[in-house]
Amino acid sequence: MAKIMRKITDGILFAATWFFAAITLLVLLFIIAHIVINGVPYLEPRLFEFTFTSENVSMMPAIISTVFMVFLTLIIAVPLGIFTSIYLVEYVKKGNKFVMLIRSAAEMLAGIPSVVYGLFGMLMFGQFFGLGWSLAAGVLTLSIMILPVVIRTTEEALKSVGDGYREGGYALGSGKLRVVFRLVLPSAVPGIMAGVILAMGRIVGESAALIFTAGTVPQIPQTLGASARTLSVHMWALSGEGHHVGEAYATAVILLLIVLVINTAAAVIAKIFTAKGSGA
Amino acid sequence: MSISIKNCDLFYGDFHALKGIGRDEGMEISENKVTAFIGPSGCGKSTFIRVFNRMNDLIQNCKITGEITIDGQNIYEKSTDITQLRKNVGMVFQKPNPFPMSIYDNIAFAPRTYGIKKRAQLDEIVERSLRQAALWDEVSDRLKKSALGLSGGQQQRLCIARTLAAEPKIILMDEPTSALDPISTGTIEDLIRELKKTYTIVIVTHNMQQATRISDKTAFFLMGEVIEYDKTRQIFSNPKDKRTENYVTGRFG
Ligand SMILES: Nc1ncnc2c1ncn2[C@@H]1O[C@H](COP(=O)(O)OP(=O)(O)O)[C@@H](O)[C@H]1O
Ligand SMILES: [Mg+2]
Repeated sequence: MAKIMRKITDGILFAATWFFAAITLLVLLFIIAHIVINGVPYLEPRLFEFTFTSENVSMMPAIISTVFMVFLTLIIAVPLGIFTSIYLVEYVKKGNKFVMLIRSAAEMLAGIPSVVYGLFGMLMFGQFFGLGWSLAAGVLTLSIMILPVVIRTTEEALKSVGDGYREGGYALGSGKLRVVFRLVLPSAVPGIMAGVILAMGRIVGESAALIFTAGTVPQIPQTLGASARTLSVHMWALSGEGHHVGEAYATAVILLLIVLVINTAAAVIAKIFTAKGSGA
Repeated sequence: MSISIKNCDLFYGDFHALKGIGRDEGMEISENKVTAFIGPSGCGKSTFIRVFNRMNDLIQNCKITGEITIDGQNIYEKSTDITQLRKNVGMVFQKPNPFPMSIYDNIAFAPRTYGIKKRAQLDEIVERSLRQAALWDEVSDRLKKSALGLSGGQQQRLCIARTLAAEPKIILMDEPTSALDPISTGTIEDLIRELKKTYTIVIVTHNMQQATRISDKTAFFLMGEVIEYDKTRQIFSNPKDKRTENYVTGRFG
């Protein structure tokens, strides 16, 4: 009797799992199909011209702004995040109060909605530091936003490096600096890279935080002080105005492609990382 | 160089891991001999061997008291230069831990740490160390290849060569063959017999045959204490303590 009951519950659970998995997949496919069907017909060469006009809402300036935004934000946040993690993992004693504070702060920062970052960035960088709506304000805001991501993944990567390297290095008389930078960090690079790519995804997909800080000017920014709209913001702006919904979908197609490439890269790197293992 | 230990106690937090080693007449580890540490696992062999190069410094809440003298200097004095100490006292670990870099760079790691940069000098050290570790013939044509591509036994000899490149006087080995097959183990045992002509060797081993094959003196550990320390022949053929006898005859442990 119990056996039959178990078989029945197993069967129901199995069916339910499949059912929900199928629904998830269908919704996803529906969204992608919807974007592709609505966007691809509008993907014309003129959408990739270097200037934006009200007749031709080219997304090229937004693509270039996105590249700037990603590049500059990573240049600030990645070194900062890596050094913070090295400090947290390699230098501080376990159970240190200060570290626990930093770590919970980072956890909290990771959970804050991005609009809040936008608001903070606008008040802090835009108004207090007088940067206005600019590439610089956007970059600084996003740097703060992705810092927790970089810190957390780097910490994981550093911790997963086997203690064998550390012991071997110290046993040869090396100092901490040499052990960390010559032995531990190189082995952690693939894990750190995966984190950086995750952060890139966050930057590319961000809109709320940027609308408040980098503004929505649809031209290629000439200086750090100029406003710049990234692809996500571009899409938001086009769909909001209502005149260029087709072009908004076309932008979404490009955005989707970029995110796809980034995620694939992350998956490949993670795979290399786990296949190689790390450290004795 | 010899090592002398006087009344050494070690605590991991509240846990008393080493209890008064060398408490009465002191314990001497002689120069250019192989000294083996045997005993059931968890009795403190690794803990004790790591006292000699201060590897325990890396462990939080680890407290050591007593006097450990190497080359006439108490190594736990504040003035001790740890880099110099670890240059003199090399260590080989249980699991081979070649660094993820080329064979050449592995061997050159220590000399570079001490500031040797000249290519010719490094070449010379690399070749000499690999020859000493009986590995040169197998790797001389692939020095630029990753050390991770070597077999387990080769990796362990590489780690020995890497230690030799620092020109130590004492070499500590913590169960260096426990992760290896019998043939690689034999190669390393031959190597140890060769090395003791020039170096003082302290080896932890879980294998009593190995202790009889390669060591001159043996210390038997039990629950953080040295129960008996004597010539290896004495320990295995005519132990003074009943507990030693029980262990070496395989009645427990
Ligand atoms: N880092 C550490 N922290 C706390 N206890 C430890 C630590 N390392 C070893 N010990 C304890 O000290 C005792 C001796 O360990 P160890 O020296 O590794 O034994 P052996 O090498 O003889 O097997 C064991 O009970 C072990 O659990
Ligand atoms: Mg051990």
